[in-house]
Amino acid sequence: MTKQPDFIPTSKFLDELRRYQKGSVSRRHFLGVTGLGMAAAVLGGAVPGLRPRKAYAGLSGTLNFTTWPSYFAQENLDNFTKNTGVKINVAVFGSNEEMLAKLQAGSTGWDVFVPTNYAISTYKDLNLIQPIDLARLPNYDPATQEQRFTAEGIIDGQVWAVPKDWGTTGYTYNSKAMSQKPTTWKEFWDLTRNEATGRVMVHDYQLTTIGNALKYFGYSFNSNDPKELGEAEKLLIEAKPHLFGINSDYKPSLIAGDAWMSVCWTGDAVQLQRDMPEFVYVLAKEGGEIWSDFYAITKDAPNPDAAYAFIDYILTPQINAVEVQAHGYPSPDSRTNKLVPKEMLDNPVLYPAAEALSPLEFGAAATLTNPLRAEIMARFKAA
Amino acid sequence: MTRSAGRPQILTAALLAPAVLLFAVMLLAPLLVIVVFAFGERAPAGGYAAAFTFDNFLNLPARGKAFINTLTLAPIGTLLTAVIAFPVAYFLALRCDPKWRVTLLVLVMAPFWTSQLLRYYAWIMLLGAKGVPAWLSYLGFPDIRIINTPWAVLIGAVYGYLPLMVPPIYVSLEKLDKRLLEASSDLGATPLRSFLQVTLPLALPGVATGAMLVFILLMGDYILPQYLGGGKVFFIGNALVDLFLQSRNWPYGAAVSLALVAIMFVTILVYMRFVLGGSGQRRVALV
Repeated sequence: MTKQPDFIPTSKFLDELRRYQKGSVSRRHFLGVTGLGMAAAVLGGAVPGLRPRKAYAGLSGTLNFTTWPSYFAQENLDNFTKNTGVKINVAVFGSNEEMLAKLQAGSTGWDVFVPTNYAISTYKDLNLIQPIDLARLPNYDPATQEQRFTAEGIIDGQVWAVPKDWGTTGYTYNSKAMSQKPTTWKEFWDLTRNEATGRVMVHDYQLTTIGNALKYFGYSFNSNDPKELGEAEKLLIEAKPHLFGINSDYKPSLIAGDAWMSVCWTGDAVQLQRDMPEFVYVLAKEGGEIWSDFYAITKDAPNPDAAYAFIDYILTPQINAVEVQAHGYPSPDSRTNKLVPKEMLDNPVLYPAAEALSPLEFGAAATLTNPLRAEIMARFKAA
Repeated sequence: MTRSAGRPQILTAALLAPAVLLFAVMLLAPLLVIVVFAFGERAPAGGYAAAFTFDNFLNLPARGKAFINTLTLAPIGTLLTAVIAFPVAYFLALRCDPKWRVTLLVLVMAPFWTSQLLRYYAWIMLLGAKGVPAWLSYLGFPDIRIINTPWAVLIGAVYGYLPLMVPPIYVSLEKLDKRLLEASSDLGATPLRSFLQVTLPLALPGVATGAMLVFILLMGDYILPQYLGGGKVFFIGNALVDLFLQSRNWPYGAAVSLALVAIMFVTILVYMRFVLGGSGQRRVALV
């Protein structure tokens, strides 16, 4: 999953900017759930993850944490530092490919990072991550996790990554700007070349952009069939002149009114609706993508003890509930969900009905690494 | 003067060493790596695998549009920047009250104090639906779209690179011997003719220097087209970012960047030969 433009990693500027923008998490929302925040604080002493423990005693130094933009609760990070003395350096990335490229190039100094489900097996095969010793994560309980979101972190019985949160990739449209009420990918691409010409955005990310073009024809989101990909490419190139932009940072353009419709991730849909209820989130009838993000520890993590302590801390239900409310993506942990306000659990964007979820597909490793897909995306962008 | 002992030579060598070392380590070595990569092939999971093939070069036309976009918009952007910068520099050097000169020059540079990226974000808002197009629609020009078009990229180029273009032109105009203008006028030239035949040729080295700075940076730019072009105006820089970070096809990326280096090299050589060389001959002095 990507949430931001692809070129970023190349530029530290953007990292800085993202941090700057991170204020997007609304305070109001937090105040609404202050009860919980207070409770967490009061419970603090009683919750193992919050109390300075023996395991934390030997920790020192810094933790290099690589994640996505607007994807963590700053107060959780601050509290971790307060409890352990470990300083956290956060770096944010725009796509799994960029993270992979960085790790492949070596010497990242990262300890913990956040790969998406389909990237994990590639990291493991390239020997870039280390197996996770669950004994060192007492606050993580595999039994309370929804199994389909943990599955891709486990390869041949060995845990390589533990689940952070999950979401879907659908699209959002501005119901005030558009007369139609699309519900399918077919309508998405047809409207793009018609009523909504010049007002539609797609991600700068081959996995979702090509995947959802494939859905137009009813093919699998993960198709690697050259003939099907050829049809998707033709559709993309036909749609190109009608697009407003190809950019994974679509929220500003939607808010400004430049764009009316965009391929969209769950959390962004929630954040958009918070300020502008006219934005409708569509999980298309044909399906699309469901994904989960994980925490993983790099092979060469300079501070593995802090990495374990951090993952254990952040997956503690009370802490994780604060995370979920900050970034707007649901947790696969039922213990965490119990601590999330009801209004959030009732939000169909976050927790879609089972029948809306069933046609969705998890992205596959081969979909991410297929050179033909990369080349099609490049041709589409250069067209 | 006879140069006794090796001492001054050692000193010269010592003073040059840091620059040479930097040049070798930071420029020549990476360039060598790129040359080697360009003949390799993409490893199955991305990156570089050793090979000797010309495929990457034969495949260059697949990025033809990026080359065309860059080679059209970079020169136009440079030209526009020069045309807009010249009057500013002229005013600062020749017309402006000297006591304001430094302040105004500093103001020209002031945009550099803020991150380039933040300024481009501001332009996204300015050129977006609620910005300039909204004002234009009040004036009776409805539905004008600027953001994510080549026009937005050109506006961004002029805005972003003006501070690099003004100072060199200013410097060459400031050095201008005003007596030449008097002489020209005494000999019966109209102000326009004096400007075209005296001021402009003498300012040309400054224009050429500024234009070169801007042109080189624009050719390699990817943030500007990404932000103000919204991924729809695709430069070679964007193609390179995609190749190295998305598809991780390093060998092809290396070939594309070598092609860019080659184009720049030839362009700049031609440019220096004609513009810089030409203006040098016209340099005149009274004494």
